[in-house]
Order: sequence, then C-alpha cells, then structure tokens
Amino acid sequence: MDSSIRTASRGRLAAVGGVALVLALVAGACGSSPSSTSTPTTTAPAATAPSTTAAPSTQQTTTTTTAKSAYPMTVKSTAGTAVIKARPTRIVSLSATATEDLFAIGAGSQVKAVDSYSDYPANAPRTRIDALDPNLEAVVNYKPDLVIVSDGPARFNAQLAKLHIPVVNEPAVANLTQAYGQLEQLGKLTGHLASADKVVADMKEKVHRLVGEVKKQNPPLTYYYELSTAPYYTVTSDTFVGSVFSLLGLHDIADQAGVHAAGGYPQISSESIVAARPDLIFLADTGNQGGQTPATVKKRPGWSQVPAVKTGDILALNPDIASRWSPRIVILMQDVVREVQKAER
Amino acid sequence: MTTGAVEKPAPAIADVVGLAGLPTSRLRPRALVLAACFTVACALVGLAVGPTPVPIGGIVESILGHLPLLGVHSHLSATQTAILWQIRAPEVVLGLLVGGMLALAGSAYQGVFRNPLADPYLLGVSAGAGLGATIVIVYGSVGAGSDPYVLPAVAFAGALIAVALTYLIARGGRGFGTASLLLAGVAIDALLGAIQSYVQQQAPGTINQAYYWLLGSLAGADWHDVWLIVPYCAIGTAVVLIHRRTLDVLSLGDLEAASLGVDVGRVRLTVIAGASLVAAAVVSVSGLIGFVGLIIPHAVRMAAGSSYRIVSPLSMFVGAGFLVLCDVIAGRVLAPQELPIGVVTAVIGAPFFIVILRTRRAGGAS
Repeated sequence: MDSSIRTASRGRLAAVGGVALVLALVAGACGSSPSSTSTPTTTAPAATAPSTTAAPSTQQTTTTTTAKSAYPMTVKSTAGTAVIKARPTRIVSLSATATEDLFAIGAGSQVKAVDSYSDYPANAPRTRIDALDPNLEAVVNYKPDLVIVSDGPARFNAQLAKLHIPVVNEPAVANLTQAYGQLEQLGKLTGHLASADKVVADMKEKVHRLVGEVKKQNPPLTYYYELSTAPYYTVTSDTFVGSVFSLLGLHDIADQAGVHAAGGYPQISSESIVAARPDLIFLADTGNQGGQTPATVKKRPGWSQVPAVKTGDILALNPDIASRWSPRIVILMQDVVREVQKAER
Repeated sequence: MTTGAVEKPAPAIADVVGLAGLPTSRLRPRALVLAACFTVACALVGLAVGPTPVPIGGIVESILGHLPLLGVHSHLSATQTAILWQIRAPEVVLGLLVGGMLALAGSAYQGVFRNPLADPYLLGVSAGAGLGATIVIVYGSVGAGSDPYVLPAVAFAGALIAVALTYLIARGGRGFGTASLLLAGVAIDALLGAIQSYVQQQAPGTINQAYYWLLGSLAGADWHDVWLIVPYCAIGTAVVLIHRRTLDVLSLGDLEAASLGVDVGRVRLTVIAGASLVAAAVVSVSGLIGFVGLIIPHAVRMAAGSSYRIVSPLSMFVGAGFLVLCDVIAGRVLAPQELPIGVVTAVIGAPFFIVILRTRRAGGAS
C-alpha cells in the first residue's frame, strides 16, 4: 500500500515535470519563431503613407554607405558583427523571407542552401535544415560565405562567428519601411543594390496605388485576423501584417486596452471576437496551417451574429505570405483590397 | 483543520476492524441541497461573468424566455443572446459535466484502490487520450477544420485502450491486486507518454496546439460536445453510484469484503470500467484537466463524511460547480485572453494536494 502511494505521487510529480518541460519547449519555440516579438532597434514610425523616395535602411548600420557594394564590408546586426570579404557566392538563408527577398533582387544564383521553411520560390535550394534549431555542421557543410538568419538561436550565431562565418540577422519587421530596408540591405550585401532599389520602388508604387483604391470609411471597417484556433490567437496593429492593414484604413479589433502587452500576438476569447463585431475576418490559419475556411468560421457557435459572417466577408489568406514580409506582401494586399471593396458595397 | 484532516479523510482503513468499522453515515438531504445550490450558483456565475457585460437581469429573462407558457421576453441584443446561449451556456454545461464526472470518477478510483492519491488519470486515461489527441493534431492537421469530432473520438478510443491495456497487464501478473494495477498504470503512462513525445517530435510546428490540449480547456465548447459525452456520463454515473455502498465495504480490505459476500474482482472491474468511461469521455472533449478528480472527493470527505454514499454523489455536485468557477477565473485573469483551465485547477489544487499528502503522512494512515 505504502509503495503504491509513493508510486502514484511520483507519477504526479512526473506529470508536473512534463508540463514544465512543455512550457519550456513552447517558450523556446516562441522565442525563436519568425513571428517573434523582438522588434529591431529602430525609431522609424509605422509607414503611414508610402513615399516614392527610397527609405534608408534604419535597421542595421553598414559602414559602407556608398550606393555600390564595396568589399570588404562590415555589417552589424543583433547576430553580431559580420565581415564580408568579397561578393558572397555561397549564401545559406535560414529565413523564408530572406530567401524570397534574395531571389526577388536577383541574388538567387548566389544562394547555396535554404532552410526547410523556405518554400518560395520553387527553385530555391531547399534543405532539411530547421531554421528554429539549425544544425551547425549541416550549415557549415555548405561552406557558406554568408549566413542569413531571422532571430535564430543566439548560440548558433555565436558558433558561426567563432568559425569566422559571417552571419547577418534579418529579424521580424514591424512595418513596410523596415521590410524595404531589409531588401536594400540584402541588395548591398550581395552586390545587387540597384536591383533591390528597383524591387522596393516597384513595391512602393503598387502599395501606393492599392492604398488609393480603398475608400476611407467613417467609422472605419474593423477586422479580426486569425492566427490559430483553440485557443484563438490574433495580431494587433503593432505587427507587420497589422501595419499593412492599418495602411488600408482598417481597424484591428484586437487593439483594445490590455492586449498590447502580449507583444502584438495576443490570445483572444471567442466571446470577445463576437462582441467586437468585426466587419471583416482574415484567416491566416488555412490549409495545412490550421485547415480553417470561411465555412468552418460560419459554423462556430455564436458567430452567426458577427457582421463579417453575416455578409460573408471572410478572406482565407495564404498563411506563408501572411507570416513573411517579402515582396509578395503586395499580392496579399491586392486580395485584401478586393475584399474591402466588396465589404464597402 | 489539520487535526480534523488526520482523523477524517478517506475511509479510515487501518483503524477499522470488521463491520463495526464501516462508515455508517447516510447522505443527509440538507448536504445534498447545499451542494446542489452551490452548483446552480456557480452555473449562474459562469453565465453572468465574461469579457463582455451581459446584465444579470437579462440573463434571467432569457432563461425564463426559454421556458414554455411564461411569455417572458428578454431585452438582450442579438449579439448578447448569441454570446449567452451559444458561447457561454455550452461552456458552463460542459464545465458542469466535466467537473462533476472527474470528481465522481476520482471518488470511485479512490474507493477501489483504497488510496487517497488515486485520481481519474491513474490507469492511463490521460496518457491514452493525450496520445490519441497528439496523433490527430500531428498527422491530421490538414483535416482538422473539416471534422472537429475526429479528435475527441480518437482521444476517447486512446483512453479506453490504455485503461484496457493496464488492466490486462495487471491481470496477467502474479498477485493481481490494486498494487499491480497501479504499477501497470504507471508503466502504461510512461510508455504512451514516450510515444506521444515521439509523435510530437515529428511536427514541432503543432506543439502549441498539443500543449493547449494537454492543459485542458472548455473554451470554444459547443452543444455538440455536450451531447457527445452525455450518454457515457449517464452510464458511468449510474455504475459508480449503484456501487457506492459496495465501495464502503471494499474500504475494509479485499479479504474482509470477500468474507462479507462481495465479489471483489468483479466489483473492482465494474467500477473501474464505469469511472474510466466517464473520465475518458470528458477528457476527450476538454483535454487533460488535472486535480479536480483528486481534490474534490477529499474536500467532500473532510466536510461531510467518509462514506461513499456521501462522497460520490456530493463530489459530483461540488466538482461540477468548482470547475465552472475555475473556468470563470481562467477567463477573467487575463481577459480577453483565456488561461488554460488546467492551470487554474492546478494552482488551486496543488497546494490542497500537498496539505493532504502531509497530513496523511503525519497521521501515518495506510
């Protein structure tokens, strides 16, 4: 009897330990995910209206300020100081956004390997390297002359630095201005600055046109942006994708008092969403990232009273584009503008 | 409190000799009415409290409006009505069911095993359900939106299979008794837990989902969840309550119970099956909500007496109300965010559990 009691209590302790372990794992995963809340050290305000002049990169300082790339180049980022001796030709990108950026600015041929999440463009040399927990030897095997990370594990970055492999961090951005800055910095690093400038100018022009296409509503249309269900997670307008919706004159229902503390990605109860009565619903938990569709939203208990559900203004987004800050964000904005115009009628 | 706990909790086993030692007290109507009032009050709190204000008068009107012939009309807006009846009400009813069933199953397990630390997850219900849920979350995430009942079904099956395995393993060994059942439960728990970790490792991206499931939640419950488990709850409740008197006899020990004409093996199997059925059913829709099944029977025992004619039915009422209260707290602490309810029950339950542990040891019982 006594032994069985002790066994039971040990089982309980193991269960508590298990929960603690899960907590630690989740905390770790959150800390290093691309949607991490660590904002780059910048004073640039959220882009309120896109200007046609090229915004300087405010995120990270490069010692070379000339328009043309001059090597050797010293780059400071939160991953440390990287010295790039010559035009890199063996780049390893451990950031899905950086991979898209590199290919968009014409540096794709210089990329030797990308991480497992970098699924765009299709011809990117995708590997099984996990960007959240990269295997050092697997990366070093590609003999990289430049490694791009996005808030990866600090220990990994330090190990690379020890091996004298330059590593540059391109962290999650908070607005389009910072996204443009990363494109330009990648252009500078890879010797494609002119092409990067062109990509940025093209994006700015398209964004400007899209912003002009939406009518300013009074009161503004409100939206709920869904990252996941069970529990519901959403974004505030402090996030990159939130800042894009702000540009289009939409108000985020998550911007209420108290949720800003959650670092831009608050959890929200079903009841709060229903009570906020959003005019639009955007789903970023579609496909293999949660399987939600406008039809599943309509079936949720109590949601039939939500204006967006009544009018059918529920837009399933491409979760990959929505979670990155690559030039493809313009495509997402086009879809959103179409949905907004539909809701305006 | 401390001395009372030493003298009162659990059927006093060591100091009982023969029939004279049987807990003889009956369930007094007053205690039953009190417990029922507690449950109803908790349910009303659950309906009234939430991130958005819904006036209590409107709630009462709305409830009366659902009764025929009264002709009461509520003045709640359409949104408030939807929040009340489609979001809060199913959550409250599910909370009542889950809390009541976990506490009832906990009392049954404690009776069968004559062990104050027994809880509904002792024989692998949690590990089996956890493995089933994780498999669906990891391998079935594409279809997750299409059929929300796959996960409960697989978790339910996993829980029942785990308990069956535990029982078969224990029966196969020599000296089949409560100790070998417990040990088999520990082994199955560890094995399935390891497999679950392996499955989880296949898709680190789903760890968030699995994590929230494992901590348990009533949020997002709908009426289908309630109807899904009602039949199993009814069967299991009947089985346990019918045997409440037999559980008292079992508290004397296997030999003594057998000498009093109780088929110990059959009773044990029946009660374990009934309690496991309700535990598996509620876990499959709510996730792993801990401590309710452990502490509620003890609280009832301390307050009302140790006979299972008292502990089992009262635990059901008190557990039901307690879990709804915990759910309210889970929804309010970080509103509009929701804490996993398992966090709340553990924060309240763990200190209570430690007190029991210490007083039992100090008392030298069992």
